[in-house]
Amino acid sequence: MSGCTPKAAPAGATGKATIAIDPVSRIEGHLKAEVTVENGVVVDARLSGGMYRGFETILRGRDPRDASQIVQRICGVCPTAHSTASCMALDNAFKVKVPTNGRLTRNLTFGANYLQSHILHFYHLAALDFVQGPDSAPFVPRFAKPDLRLPKDINAAAVDQYLEALEVRRICHEMVAMFGGRMPHVQGQVVGGTTQIPTKEALVEYAARFTKVREFVEKKYVPVAYTVGAAYKDLFSFGQGYKNCISFGAFPMNDAMTELHLKRGVYIDGKDQPFDPKLIKEYVKYSWFDDATTGLHFSEGKTVPAPHKAGAYSFVKAPRYNGKAVESGPVARMWVTNPELSPVGQKLLKDLFKLNAKRFRDLGDDKAFSVMGRHVARAEETYYMLSAIERWLKEVKAGEETFASAEIPAKSEGVGFTEAPRGSLVHYINIKDQKIDNYQIVSATLWNCNPRDDSGQLGPVERALIGTPVPDISNPVNVARVIRAFDP
Amino acid sequence: MSLNRRDFVKLCTGTVAGFGISQMFHPAVCEAISGSLNGERPPVLWLQGQGCTGCSVSLLNSVHPTIADVLLKVISLEFHPTVMAWEGEPAMEHMMKIAEQYKGKYFVVVEGAVPTEADGKYCIIGEAHHKEISMADAMKSVAANAAAVLAVGTCAAYGGIPAAQGSETGAKSVSAFFKENGIATPVVNIPGCPPHPDWIVGTVVVALNAIKAKGLAAGLADVVKLLDADGRPTPFYGRNVHENCPYLEAYDAGKMCETFTKKDGCRYDLGCKGPMSMCDSFERKWNGGVNWCVSNAVCIGCVEPDFPDGKSPFYSA
Repeated sequence: MSGCTPKAAPAGATGKATIAIDPVSRIEGHLKAEVTVENGVVVDARLSGGMYRGFETILRGRDPRDASQIVQRICGVCPTAHSTASCMALDNAFKVKVPTNGRLTRNLTFGANYLQSHILHFYHLAALDFVQGPDSAPFVPRFAKPDLRLPKDINAAAVDQYLEALEVRRICHEMVAMFGGRMPHVQGQVVGGTTQIPTKEALVEYAARFTKVREFVEKKYVPVAYTVGAAYKDLFSFGQGYKNCISFGAFPMNDAMTELHLKRGVYIDGKDQPFDPKLIKEYVKYSWFDDATTGLHFSEGKTVPAPHKAGAYSFVKAPRYNGKAVESGPVARMWVTNPELSPVGQKLLKDLFKLNAKRFRDLGDDKAFSVMGRHVARAEETYYMLSAIERWLKEVKAGEETFASAEIPAKSEGVGFTEAPRGSLVHYINIKDQKIDNYQIVSATLWNCNPRDDSGQLGPVERALIGTPVPDISNPVNVARVIRAFDP
Repeated sequence: MSLNRRDFVKLCTGTVAGFGISQMFHPAVCEAISGSLNGERPPVLWLQGQGCTGCSVSLLNSVHPTIADVLLKVISLEFHPTVMAWEGEPAMEHMMKIAEQYKGKYFVVVEGAVPTEADGKYCIIGEAHHKEISMADAMKSVAANAAAVLAVGTCAAYGGIPAAQGSETGAKSVSAFFKENGIATPVVNIPGCPPHPDWIVGTVVVALNAIKAKGLAAGLADVVKLLDADGRPTPFYGRNVHENCPYLEAYDAGKMCETFTKKDGCRYDLGCKGPMSMCDSFERKWNGGVNWCVSNAVCIGCVEPDFPDGKSPFYSA
């Protein structure tokens, strides 16, 4: 017995069948994918976020400074993203200027977790879509027909790397903890900066670990992303979705925060646009929230769960930018930033794909926004982060102040925009009587894994699923491959 | 084979002195851990409720033994949504098959709290036999029929952040949920937000060791004897952070840090909750020993039953 049993028996070999994958595994959190397959291709998709906690309501009434600790518990893979966004919102609301060394230690902490998160994603979340693991739990059981195509020697090397990557991502967390205190859930980031002035010794320890991680990224992770891609070339031909994307930008390279390593921008219907935060609205017609709270900007956001609302199918709200569904994450950031590809990436694109590409956009939007394109984007972004960390290590100063104190304002508001490894993230805080009056979060998962909006427009991952080949509904491997490429 | 002697002794070093149970960690006994309930690695089913996966990620940071060793040599992780190869109904049905096949002899790990409002709808963990299975459903069946449940993380152990003031989901700890539903399956709490990987692996290994030595019932009874009033294993949670803190001397001398970065003193005036927190982070440190919470900032009391509300605000003005 294996595979996914369809909800309705297919009417003949080319009939229509709706299948549900619940849980979608190897993601963070709870997700269900329901797809309708007709003639071997997905024609409809509904993505359901099946878990709700209520951080926004739990935060109300609390000391504003507690926010940057509590919000990290939204996600144990990317707590540094929530910590960073929250601290930025608090910096904004408290009107405090983070010292240069505070900005740099925040970047070093957050940056190290970018490396961890991407390595974890490719090897420990996505790889089993392409690599056959050992015949031991949790690598078995698997689909009877898993469509794993790597030649034996490459597969064996990939398994070795899976195990080595467990060690490498652990080392990344040691880097995070160097100034973050511990990881997951760092102690070291607060409103006004960071809590620990780096010593020369701590910087040497961080740098030594960075050297190890860097070697793995350059010599193993990036090349293997392309090598695996070459064995699954058809995965470059579907999963594109809308090809619209957004990036809030992240990693300020100057104190004025005007220069961001991962750039800010929007790309819709083939055109670049400047980012205007006022154009963000969240819709809830198909989400388990009160209909009266639909169409709001996060600064006026309301969180009123309605778990039994008919017609709704997800706990994820549907954010839209100027009415458009836009995806976020590494491919969005690499597309907006358009950096030069890694040298090994340029070489492998030529050798394995006969493609002359110098910058990310040279891949073309069809390849870039495909299933495999998203994995390549994540690998290239990991490479692109290396030079930033190198720069921060040169700029950070041992012994120099990283923290500026500030009083809790009686009444204020603040917003923090950043990019979690998996996508755009904004935290908004409204303070009254020195307590949190409203706190709203629009996270990466919301941007990508949302259900239809009030006008019936599919969410980005739902749209990406349309057209996905599913030749065998008992082994619908491509469905979760599309989803996992977004790193939900 | 299982953990080698060196790895296991490293894991336990520093936590057993004075407890009179050093015999339990005798290297010769340790080497026998590969045997288990069924002659194979014991099946473990990992259920995720209202959590953040932070506990699983923390576990991945295990140094001695490595997580690879834990997965390949110590346990048989038959279901874990974050790392397992399979997905959907077949994976859920495999979990249920294992639970049936090893009834009363498998372990369940719970990560995250259990929501009880809206008929459990605030957390659906999957579908099996075309039916939606809520976390609450799974607790009453799969978790209830385990030999024991490890409530990993403060959410599972005590409710944690999902159960904090302002919550609307009826989030409950494993123990509270079991009590309300008349389920008597033993629960071991391994709190922390997240817990240190050593606390998780150490407890698993101590339990397996005891079971190997004395059989399931007697072995589990031995483990239960190690638990404090809040269900936490005393080898890891038996000592108070403040009373063992390197800055205790400064506290006694009245020397307090004025800001986060002026670190020449005790952190109490910054809001440190060390005096009301029980764990061995002061000694074990975090992430391969590179740092720990109080050295870096303050303790926020994340292992305690009243986290976060009873430990808020985390910082003093």
